[in-house]
Amino acid sequence: MGRKVAVVGTGQTYHRSHRPDVTSREMIREAVTSALADADLKIKDIDAVVIGNMDHFESINYVDTYSIEGSGAFMKPIMKVSTGGTTGATVAIAAYYHAASGLFDRVLAVGFEKNSESDTTGAIITCSDPIWDRFSYSGAIPSLATEATAYMEQYGATQEDAALVGERDRNHALNNPYAHLQRPLTVKDIMASPMLAYPIKLGDICPRSDGACAMILAADGIAQKTASRPAWFKAVSVRHTYTWFGDSTDYNKGLVSMQQASQEAYARAGIRSPVDELDVAELYLPYTWAGLKWIEDLGLCGRGEAARFVGDKNTHMGGKLPINPSGGVISTNCIGATAMLRVAEAAIQVMGKGGKRQVPEAKNALATGFGGCFWTDVVILSSERP
Amino acid sequence: MSDWRKDVEPLTLKGQIAIPYTWHVGDVGSRFLAALRDEKKILGSRCPECGKVFVPARKNCGACFVDISEWVELKPEGVIEAYTIVHYSHPIQPVKPPFAYALIKLDGADVGFLHLIKKDLDKLKNGLRVKAEFSGERTGKILDIDSFELV
Repeated sequence: MGRKVAVVGTGQTYHRSHRPDVTSREMIREAVTSALADADLKIKDIDAVVIGNMDHFESINYVDTYSIEGSGAFMKPIMKVSTGGTTGATVAIAAYYHAASGLFDRVLAVGFEKNSESDTTGAIITCSDPIWDRFSYSGAIPSLATEATAYMEQYGATQEDAALVGERDRNHALNNPYAHLQRPLTVKDIMASPMLAYPIKLGDICPRSDGACAMILAADGIAQKTASRPAWFKAVSVRHTYTWFGDSTDYNKGLVSMQQASQEAYARAGIRSPVDELDVAELYLPYTWAGLKWIEDLGLCGRGEAARFVGDKNTHMGGKLPINPSGGVISTNCIGATAMLRVAEAAIQVMGKGGKRQVPEAKNALATGFGGCFWTDVVILSSERP
Repeated sequence: MSDWRKDVEPLTLKGQIAIPYTWHVGDVGSRFLAALRDEKKILGSRCPECGKVFVPARKNCGACFVDISEWVELKPEGVIEAYTIVHYSHPIQPVKPPFAYALIKLDGADVGFLHLIKKDLDKLKNGLRVKAEFSGERTGKILDIDSFELV
């Protein structure tokens, strides 16, 4: 067993569609200085840095070095970790491994993206196998749309059922000063938006944002002295699948990587009934349908029950298990930071620093990351030292 | 101190990298593509341990992690497992919208085969039978199958 580790500080930028006022590394620095301030630490206190973004987005390959002025990693151990959509969560998990290993006491994790600087679809397509799958399934939308049609046919969920997920997250974003999209969107608005790939409409899908997120992790013994209410890692899990869309994604079986990752994480965290034992969830839901199908894969409700579970407001603020108090990915999507924002927002809830988006007395929080060919990261944080 | 910021014109620099790649398909993939090109045949391969038939043919089974040597010729027909109809345009798409991406379970295969459907988009349903239409000019690539059509 590794050492126990907790999040002791988080920082993020005010996410926007464009940040013409800063370069990527200047933007990174905003998140890092904010995380240091949150933990009341100086850059000299940081022993190692893990950083990540999505390959091909800014056309900067060596972001570990490129970002040095922004991350503060000059002459420190720094590693770049890049795993597509899950990057931010994987960076957080790699930082956790660093601290849990016993080799580093205080580790800084950074995720960022300036989506405005490139062609998102052109960059995302590079996650598909160049020989077999890249001729088709351009970008993120068609594969998700295929998943959604399979789910609709299997369980009879409607486009309105999915749109409620978007309405919920966009409403939640109004409580989050950092969120990119701060205008409410209703089920009616989503239904009236243009069809992209059936059943995904413009209102069902996440935006492209510029932004960065940073977290500071500290090992047992140091974490308690650094933060009054640290967010302890109870479990992490990473599951990857094949890139072949035809066999990694038997859509009728559900999102297998998410099922397995969450089951492993619940077992490690000693959670038997996630919906009763978790207090809040920050889920990587890049499109509205994920807010139905994937919460079933996470075991938050039964198969085919998500439309009713969400429809009964169980996942709204004040509900049984609020999902995405931050507004989620539907409201903010700076891709290399997106999955880290899920972990950081989960930490913010556990640390009781959520302000208007705080879920009262949140003790156990679930965070997920999702990536291109249907792979998954899961993190469970808790105010209780494991 | 920060007054100068109000007058700053935010500048950008344009850039584009276009890097040519030559991806080696490998022996197994090459045999699969050559069969499409020369014989209009769709070849799969069967895992000796789990018995799963993969298409396109694979060199090894990802789950059992063993080599595969048995080739299986599949009928160019199967059923639609799931699909989406694309309405938006993007230069990277293989054809102009509207068209469908479909996962097709070919007869005798155990995994879906990702391809296109261009006709009868209003009639598509999961479970319907489709067959491969080969293109006239075949050069050894996945789009040597032009698309699938309802049977």
